[in-house]
Amino acid sequence: MNEHTQESHDHHHEESFVRKYIFSLDHKTIGKQFLIFGLIMFIVGGGLALLFRWQLAWPDRPLPIIGASQTYLEEGEVETAADRKWEERYDDDKDSWLETNMPSGIIDPNFYNSLFTMHATIMVFFVVVPLLVGAFGNFLIPLMIGTRDMAFPVLNMLSFWSNMLGTIIMIAGFFVPGGHAAAGWTGYAPLSSVPELSGVDWGQNLWCISLIVMGISSLMGSINYITTIINMRAPGMTWFRLPLAIWALFIVAILLLLAFPVVASALGLILFDRLAGTSFFSAEGGGDALLWQHLFWFFAHPEVYILILPGMGMASEMLPVFSRKPIFGYKSMVYAMIAIAFLSWIVWGHHMFQSGMNPALGMAFMTTTMLIAVPSAIKTFNWLGTLYRASIRFTVPMLNTLAFVSMFVIGGLSGIYMANSPVDIYIHDTYYIVAHIHYVVFGGSVFAIFGGVFYWFPKMFGRHMNEILGKIHFWISFIAFNGVFFPMHIIGVGGHMRRISNPTQYEFLQHMQWINVLITMFAFVLGAAQILLLINVFWSMFRGKVAEQNPWQATTLEWQAPTPVPHGNFGAIPHVYHGPYEYSVPGAESDWIPQTQPNGESLPDEPVPAGAAAD
Amino acid sequence: MNELEHTSYTSTEGENRPISNARLAVLVLLGAEIMFFAGLIGTFLVFRLGSTTWPPASQVDVRLPVGVTGLNTIVLLLSGFTMFKAQQAIRQGLQNALRNRLFLTGLLGVIFLAVQGYEWVRLVHHGFTLSSGVYGSIFYVLIGCHALHVLVAVFWLLAVFIGATAGRFSVDRHVGVEVCAIYWAFVVLLWPILYVLVYLI
Repeated sequence: MNEHTQESHDHHHEESFVRKYIFSLDHKTIGKQFLIFGLIMFIVGGGLALLFRWQLAWPDRPLPIIGASQTYLEEGEVETAADRKWEERYDDDKDSWLETNMPSGIIDPNFYNSLFTMHATIMVFFVVVPLLVGAFGNFLIPLMIGTRDMAFPVLNMLSFWSNMLGTIIMIAGFFVPGGHAAAGWTGYAPLSSVPELSGVDWGQNLWCISLIVMGISSLMGSINYITTIINMRAPGMTWFRLPLAIWALFIVAILLLLAFPVVASALGLILFDRLAGTSFFSAEGGGDALLWQHLFWFFAHPEVYILILPGMGMASEMLPVFSRKPIFGYKSMVYAMIAIAFLSWIVWGHHMFQSGMNPALGMAFMTTTMLIAVPSAIKTFNWLGTLYRASIRFTVPMLNTLAFVSMFVIGGLSGIYMANSPVDIYIHDTYYIVAHIHYVVFGGSVFAIFGGVFYWFPKMFGRHMNEILGKIHFWISFIAFNGVFFPMHIIGVGGHMRRISNPTQYEFLQHMQWINVLITMFAFVLGAAQILLLINVFWSMFRGKVAEQNPWQATTLEWQAPTPVPHGNFGAIPHVYHGPYEYSVPGAESDWIPQTQPNGESLPDEPVPAGAAAD
Repeated sequence: MNELEHTSYTSTEGENRPISNARLAVLVLLGAEIMFFAGLIGTFLVFRLGSTTWPPASQVDVRLPVGVTGLNTIVLLLSGFTMFKAQQAIRQGLQNALRNRLFLTGLLGVIFLAVQGYEWVRLVHHGFTLSSGVYGSIFYVLIGCHALHVLVAVFWLLAVFIGATAGRFSVDRHVGVEVCAIYWAFVVLLWPILYVLVYLI
C-alpha cells in the first residue's frame, strides 16, 4: 500500500543499553519513558487520593493493614501484627515518618493537608502533562508530521531528565521535617509564603523549586515541539492537512511556553518571601497576597486547557478511525481549539470571584468565561456529528473516547454553573468544584489517555494490548469513576466544603456522611481497576499479540511507518497528498485512504477540504 | 551535531525552510522570556499603581542612582549596536572585525554589570535591601533578574567569541553568531523599559 515504508532503514547502528534506553535521543524512546513515568506517578497520585478518601469516609479510624486495631487504640493491648509494629515504633526514641504523619495508622490532619495538596500537584504536573504532552507529544509529533525526529533531540532528552530531577525534588518533600507542602496545589499566599502559617518549612520550598524545574523541562519540550511542527513537516503536509492531535499539541506547546514562565516568576517570588525576607505577598511590607492568585491563575487557567486540549486532539484522532467517517468540520475543530487557547488567557479571574476582587472585574471574567462554552460546544457537536450514522467499531480505544466525549460534556456543563459569579458564591470551594475538575481532567483527559495508550500501543511496542482485559478495565473504571465523582456534585450543593479532613465535625454535613462512604468505596474500586491497566500495559509489552503495521486501518502517517518503528521512522520521507481523515470516500476501493496515497479525485498539491465526504 | 540535525539522512531534507531551526528555537525561547518578565513587571505595576506615593511612605529616603544608571543604559544600548555590527561583519566574512566587535560587545556588557553591581553595593550600604519592604523587594528582584540575564548573555557571548577566535564561523555558517545576537538584542532592548519603569516614573 505504501512503497516508502517497505524498505527498512539502513541507518540502524548498535547502541549501548544506556544510550538506547536511558539517555536516549530517539523521540520514540523518550515518549515511552514519559509514558512509563506517567503511569507510575498515576499510581502514586491515586494512592494519595485513596489515603485521604479513607479519612473522609471513616474519619480518625486507623487505615487497613498498616493501622493499629481498635483494641490497641482503646486499651493499649497488642492484638495484631500491626499493633506490635506500632508498639515498637512508639517505644524507640526516634520519631519515625509514620509516627509523625499517621500515628497508629490514623491520618494526621496536617498530613491530610499535604495529601490533597500533593495528590493534585502530582496528578496535574507529574501525570497528565507528562502523559499527554510528554508521552504522546514526543511519540506522535515526528511520526504524524512525517519526519525522522524532533528538531533538537538532545534538548528532548534533557527535558525528560529535568522532569525526573523535578520529580525527585518533589518526592523528597515528603520526607523533610515539617512535612510536604500543605497549601493546596494552588499554593495560595500567605499560606504558602509565610512558613509560620502552615507549619511547613522545606516542604513548601521544595514544592516551589520542583515546579520551577518542571517548568524548565516543559519549556525545553515546547521549544522542541513548536520548532519541529513549524519547520519539519513532510512535503505536502500543509497546516490544514495536519492531524488534529498535532494541532492540539502545537497549541498546547504555545500555551505551556507562555504560561509557565509567569508562574515560575511567581514561585520565585514565594521563595524570596520565604527565604530572603522580601514582602511580595505580606501586607506588612506593603505586599499583596491577592497578587499571588492573579499570577497563579494567569498561568493555571491556560494550564487547565493544557490538560484537556491534547485529550481533545487524541479523541479527534480515534473517533474518525472507529466511526469510519471523516471528522465532522475539521477546520472548525482547529479554529475552536485556537479560540479556546486564546480565551484561556482572559478568564483567570473566574477562580477568584470570592477573593475580594472588584465585582466589576468579576463581571468581565464571567462574560469571557461564558464565551468558552461556544468553541467547546463546537467541538462537542462536531464529535457527535462524526458519530452520526457512522458504522462504529466498539473497540477499547473507541469506548474510552466515547467516555471522554460524554464525561467532558458533564464536566463542561457543571463549569457553566461556576462561571456564573452569583451561583459560584454558593458553590465556591465545595465538592461541586472537585466534581467539576475531575469530570474534565479524569473523565476527559485520563479517559483520552486510556484510549490513546490502547490505540497507539501497537505502534509503540509492536504488540497489541489485551482487548478483553482492556474492556474490563474500561467498564470498571467508567462505572467507578461516575460512582466517585457524580455524588460529589450533590454533597457539594449540600454545602460540603473541600479540603476538610473530618466532615463529621460539622453537624450540617453529618446526614451526608453515607455519601462520603459510598464515594470512598467506589474510589477503592477505581484504584483497583488501574492495576488491570498496569498489568495490561506491562504484560502486553512483552507478551501481547504481535501487531501488524496498521491494525486499525487508519490514514495518518504514523500507521504508514513500519512496526516496530525503526530509528529514523521512515524509509524515505513520505509525501502527503491529502487531509488526515479520508474514511469511506465515495467511489474509493477501501474505506480508508492513507495520507501518503495520491487520491485520484484531488490534485496532489491542493488541500482536500476535509469533511467534504461527510456532506 | 550529527544527531542534532540528522545530516546523515538524505541531503534534500530540511531545505527551503524560511527560518532555521536554531533561530526559530531562540525566538520561541524569547516568547517564554518575555512572559517571565511580564510576570515580574506586572508585579511591579501592581505595587506601583496600588500605592499612593512611590517610593512607599516608609522608603521615601531612598534615592535610586538615576544619572549613573542612565549612562549605563547608554553603555548597554551601545553594546547592542556593536553586536549588530559583529553580525554584519560575519555576513561579509570579515573574521577580524567579527572578533573585535564581539570583544567590544562583551566588554560593554561587563562594564554594564560592573556599574550595576557597584550601585547595588552602595544602595545596600545605605540600608536599602531586599527586605526593605515591597519597594526593595521588587527593585532587587526585577533588576536582578535582568542582570542575571545579561550575565548569561555574556557567557553565551564568550562561547561565541571563543568560536570566532577558532575561526568556526563563515559567510555561509554563522547561525551561532545569529542566535546569540538575537538573545543579546533581547537583554539590551528589555533594559530601557525597566529603566523607565523602575528609575524614572
